[in-house]
Amino acid sequence: MAHTNNVITALFNDDDILMKSIKPLREKGYKIREVYTPFPVHGLDHALGLDRTRMAITAFIYGLIGLSVAISLTYYIMIIDWPQNIGGKPSMTWWENMPAFVPILFEMTVFFAAHLLVWTYFVRNGMYPGRAAMNPDPRTTDDMFMMEIEYSGDDEELRQLLKDNGAVEINVVANDEDHAVNEASEAH
Amino acid sequence: MFQFPAKLKTLSYILIAIGVAALLYGFFAGGGHEVADHGDHGHGHDNRPWASLLINNFFFLGISLGALFFLAIQYAANVGWSAGLLRILEAISGFLPVAGIIMMVIVLAGMFHMNHLYHWTAEGIMDPESPYYDDIIAGKQAYLNPAFFIIRSLIYILGWIWAAATLRKLSMQGDADASITWYNKSIKVSAIFLVFFAVTSSMAAWDWIMSIDTHWFSTLFGWYVFAGIFVSAVTTTALISIYLKNNGYLEWLNENHIHDLGKFMFAFSIFWTYLWFSQYMLIWYSNIPEEVTYYMPRFEEYKSIFITMLIMNFLFPVTIIMSRDAKRNFGFLATIGVVLILGHWLNIYIMVSPGTVGLEWHIGFTEIGLFLGYIGLFILVVFKRLAKAPLRIANHPMNKESEYFSI
Repeated sequence: MAHTNNVITALFNDDDILMKSIKPLREKGYKIREVYTPFPVHGLDHALGLDRTRMAITAFIYGLIGLSVAISLTYYIMIIDWPQNIGGKPSMTWWENMPAFVPILFEMTVFFAAHLLVWTYFVRNGMYPGRAAMNPDPRTTDDMFMMEIEYSGDDEELRQLLKDNGAVEINVVANDEDHAVNEASEAH
Repeated sequence: MFQFPAKLKTLSYILIAIGVAALLYGFFAGGGHEVADHGDHGHGHDNRPWASLLINNFFFLGISLGALFFLAIQYAANVGWSAGLLRILEAISGFLPVAGIIMMVIVLAGMFHMNHLYHWTAEGIMDPESPYYDDIIAGKQAYLNPAFFIIRSLIYILGWIWAAATLRKLSMQGDADASITWYNKSIKVSAIFLVFFAVTSSMAAWDWIMSIDTHWFSTLFGWYVFAGIFVSAVTTTALISIYLKNNGYLEWLNENHIHDLGKFMFAFSIFWTYLWFSQYMLIWYSNIPEEVTYYMPRFEEYKSIFITMLIMNFLFPVTIIMSRDAKRNFGFLATIGVVLILGHWLNIYIMVSPGTVGLEWHIGFTEIGLFLGYIGLFILVVFKRLAKAPLRIANHPMNKESEYFSI
């Protein structure tokens, strides 16, 4: 999606003021492209109207993969390749020895779900070693909250609206190309 | 203020009548299901109404005790989200005196040989001269003797009732008194109770349930029982909350609170399975006769109940309420709740029955009727108590936080 619109950045010095300013902006039809905060602000994703993360679904699928791997592993090692007499019960079947494998099944399920989930998270957010910081203003890592708002045409109304809602600093982004990189992080 | 609906009251009286009928039927009509005499099978037949009473009483005692534990945790940990649910927990823990008295009746009857639920009370079992002498059981005499058993039971029950009554009294002050003195006192009482509960919940499980299978012991049995009663208690809380919400009460309660209760139901179902499996796997693996005696009858004579109980208490919650949406839907969560309640009733059933009724087990009118009776009694006691006070403590310092709670 090409951003033909112009972008204005507004800085806030309080998370409550930031949260309260989102509703009037969205009611007026402005698109908030991104919000940078020094710490996670509870309820921000909800206020911005973001879709819920689909990470839970991937975690479930990864868990199932881990479970299948663990079943195959125990079946091959303990039953096929080198049949074991488990707990004095030489039934030599996977199912009858299943209680002995439960810890492995559990651990592998958790291991796959957790590790693959972390990598999925990094990939989806475009985080890899050596990646240039996407943060346009270093103050948002300290005590400021920054909002990027798209607009078209005259910016006077938007500026006024932001001022009324407690923005402490308002800037127009001259070159929108700098922010093309942010598109990757918009997907969630 | 909650008004106890007349229809529900009538229903509870009808259920109590069914329960009384079931108990009388169990005692005087011979338990219904006549099994041919297999020789010396002990007291299975005579025990059935008593076992049914113990199962049902312990199940509902567990629910009220679990609710009291949950209530104490809310105070001790300064919990905010649940501030609007505390009165429900108080009301459920109000069932403790009723269940406690009946528990004492069962215990005293057992000690005075009016029932034979506890094998170690059998005549002559600790007497080396007697033909019924049992060396292993005699070795446990220092702990398992009638006098100490009665004293212990009394201490547990009185301690729990004290905590329930004190927390109730303090929260009633919270309706009138705008200061938070009552809240700070509640924290202290809760902390004391939690320490007491940590010891007594395990010991009560050993005494009332584990000592039925006197030869056998398990070191994590107390926590296994605790996990079961906690799931039942949280589920009951969720069911009552949903009932009240559907009837237009609890306007501060929304799907976020239900979601949290659902998380507790889910998490503690897993915790229950973890403990159940930890106990099962070690015994299965080591395959020592003195240990496997516990699972042999359960797996051979009670197989259907054993498997059904595992499916209801583990597979069902794991697969059905893992997702967020399932936990946020009132009707859905209520349905799951009913299954969990029945599943944990079966869990208690399978703990008690093999050692008391043995082969002569049968889930019939004696068991189901009494279960319905207990539901009636529980509804009557809990809802009466719920109607006595506003559904939210007026001056709870975290009412606002509870209202704004969202996840």
